[in-house]
Amino acid sequence: MPADAPLARLRRAALTVAAAACCVLGAAASAATAPADPALAPTVAVNPALEADTMELAHKLRCLVCQNQSIAESNAPLALDLRDQVREQLAAGKSKDEVVDYLVERYGDFVLYEPPFKAVTVLLWLGPAALLFGGAAWLAFRLRRRREEVAAEQHLSDADRARARALLDGAAGAEQPESPESRS
Amino acid sequence: MKAKFLVPLLLFFGLVGFLAFGLTLDPREVPSPLIDKPAPQFSLARLDQPAQSFSLKEMQGQVWMLNVWASWCVACRQEHPLLVQMAKQKIVPVVGLNYKEVRGDGAINARGMALEAETAMAIERARRWLTDHGDPYVLSVLDIDGRVGIDFGVYGVPETFLIDQNGRIRYKHIGPITPEALKDVLIPKIEELRRAS
Repeated sequence: MPADAPLARLRRAALTVAAAACCVLGAAASAATAPADPALAPTVAVNPALEADTMELAHKLRCLVCQNQSIAESNAPLALDLRDQVREQLAAGKSKDEVVDYLVERYGDFVLYEPPFKAVTVLLWLGPAALLFGGAAWLAFRLRRRREEVAAEQHLSDADRARARALLDGAAGAEQPESPESRS
Repeated sequence: MKAKFLVPLLLFFGLVGFLAFGLTLDPREVPSPLIDKPAPQFSLARLDQPAQSFSLKEMQGQVWMLNVWASWCVACRQEHPLLVQMAKQKIVPVVGLNYKEVRGDGAINARGMALEAETAMAIERARRWLTDHGDPYVLSVLDIDGRVGIDFGVYGVPETFLIDQNGRIRYKHIGPITPEALKDVLIPKIEELRRAS
């Protein structure tokens, strides 16, 4: 949901502020505050390192429902399911590559925010560089040719010089305009 | 090189051509990597007899379809009459994969619900829905947590998989089946697969 992305960011920022405020208030009120409803909180691994790994990987995986968000950012039910899958498989000792392969097997390269380098993606990976260097080469070629053209134009043969001299001398004699003042 | 001034115009038309082609593509239709691959194995409880399970083996040797559905899925309602009609005409056996019947419904908070209670609720809801709208399925199975759905690469409901005699997925239809898609794509593919055997 491209249109929602800035909105979501805004909402997240607002939530962060709200969460910070809650922390301050919570510290003040200490034990008086009720615990958060566990049914509403998203699942989180107990082990912080595992959770960090999960979220790191989740940020690289695209949510298939809201296609411009990663499964870490999206709250679509499928994104939650896939996040749970990632967490569960990492907890079971699978490597990050294995987890990524698991998802690619099911959903294709589309789940990867960074597309793999292969025959069909050559243009995608090398296209911009090819365009840049191709453009630079073309520009260099044009500039050199322009310089040659200008140089060629500036180069006059002896015959050209003699003709130019003759024209200038002739013009000086025959077509000297009178100054406007002299007429009055 | 008189027509040099036409170059930007031609480039522009080239770009328009690409963009126009882009408009005909649907980014929501993510091609499945499972096409022509063996369908993922699973064993799930049947909706009609929850004590019994169903697995792919039972459909071995015939061309069939796996239709992902749920009672909370609005688009399923749209395609359902067509499935009922297909069942009446005996076009192809269709197995229903009831996907996250309870926890998929945004109106229900299924977090913290015991699995037995959730299963019972799913059975009750799914059966009621099939009674109300007609049951076009040979049988339906219950994918309570959506795991089998993930194995099939399901990212939205409804989705329909066409599976051949050897248990390979041959085609995936994303979204509700339309009469056009049935006539122009699915039926020809089904006939082709049947001939191939």
